Amino acid sequence: MCTMIVKQVDIEGSGKGVTGWFTVRQANVSYDHPFNAPLEHALNIDFVNEAQGPGARVAVELTVEAAHNLVEAILAVLAWAEAGGYLERPAGAESR
Amino acid sequence: MYQTNMYEGMLAETVTMHGANGDVINAYFARPLGADPFPGMVVIHHAPGWDEWYREATRKFAHHGYAALSPNLYDRDGHGTPEDVAAKVRAAGGVPDDQAVGDLEGAMQYVRSLPYINGKVGVFGTCSGGRHALLAASRVKGFDAAVDCWGGRVVMAKEELTAKQPVAPIDYTKDLSCPLLGLFGEEDRSPSPEQVAQHEQEIKKHGKTYEFHMYPNAGHGFFYYDRPAYRQQQAVDGWQKVFAFLQRYLGTPERSA
Repeated sequence: MCTMIVKQVDIEGSGKGVTGWFTVRQANVSYDHPFNAPLEHALNIDFVNEAQGPGARVAVELTVEAAHNLVEAILAVLAWAEAGGYLERPAGAESR
Repeated sequence: MYQTNMYEGMLAETVTMHGANGDVINAYFARPLGADPFPGMVVIHHAPGWDEWYREATRKFAHHGYAALSPNLYDRDGHGTPEDVAAKVRAAGGVPDDQAVGDLEGAMQYVRSLPYINGKVGVFGTCSGGRHALLAASRVKGFDAAVDCWGGRVVMAKEELTAKQPVAPIDYTKDLSCPLLGLFGEEDRSPSPEQVAQHEQEIKKHGKTYEFHMYPNAGHGFFYYDRPAYRQQQAVDGWQKVFAFLQRYLGTPERSA
C-alpha cells in the first residue's frame, strides 16, 4: 500500500465475519488507504485468522479522531472493569 | 475516431500466465475484435487490489484498441474478495518488488507472444501500480511506453527501504528504457509535489524522454470515480493525455470513445 504504515499484533478472541463467528488470531492495524471510508487514508483494523484465508476478516476503517476515541474508550472500560474486580486473566498473569 | 457505422467487439476473460519464478498466476485479459494488429498494454492494479476498477480499466484499454493484460500481483497471497486479499497484502507490507517486476515481465512477454500484436507494448499503473510501472520500465527491457499515475514511494528515505522494497525506484532512473508519462495531483502527499519535482530532476539529469502533468485541485487517485478523490475534469483530461501519449509511442489505431 502507499504508506506501508502497519503493525500486526497477536490477539485472542472471536470476530463475526460474513459467514459467521470465527476465532481471531491477529489484528492488523494500518494507517493507509481504506476500501470504503471516504478518506484518502484511515486507521484500519483488520481482525483476522490467517490460517483460515483472506476471507476470515472483520474490518473497520476509522478517522483519526475516531481511532483515538476508540483507544481511550477501550482503556477506560478495561480500567473500570479492573477496578470492579471483573477482569478475567489467564492464571499467573499479573495485573498491570 | 469511432463512427457509428463501425463494427466494435471485445473479448475479455480471466487467463493464466507465468509470472516471477515461473509461477502461474491469474490475469485479466481484454482485447478488441476486428482488424489487427493491436498494440499491447500491461495494466497494473493499485494497492487496494485487483478489483473491479482495474478490470474496467483493462476493458477501457481494449475499447481504445489495445490488447490489455492485467496480472493479479496478489495471486500468491490467496484468493477471496479483492478487498480481503488486498487487506492481507497491506498487513504484510506489500508484495516484493522483485516479484512484481517478474510478474510484469511475464505479462509483457505474454502480450508480445500474441499473433495480433503490432510489436509495441506499454505499461500503465496507478498508486502502487504506478510505482510498479516505473520499476518495470526501468528494470525490464521490452516496454515501449510507461504511464505512472501518482505512484508513491518512488522517492524513498533510507529508513523506508525494506527487504521487499530494497531500492527506491528513483535510483533506477538511469535504466529507464522507454518514454514515461506521469500524472499527479497537487494535493497528493504520496507522492508529494516536492517528490515529483525531485523525480523530474533525476529524469532530466539522465536525459530520458518524459512528460509530467501536475493537476491542481486533485489529490491521490483522481481517476477513481467510486472514491471521494475523483475529480471529473482532471480525470477526463488525464485519460486523454494517457491515450495521446500511447498513440504516439505504441502506434495506436485511430479509435476512441
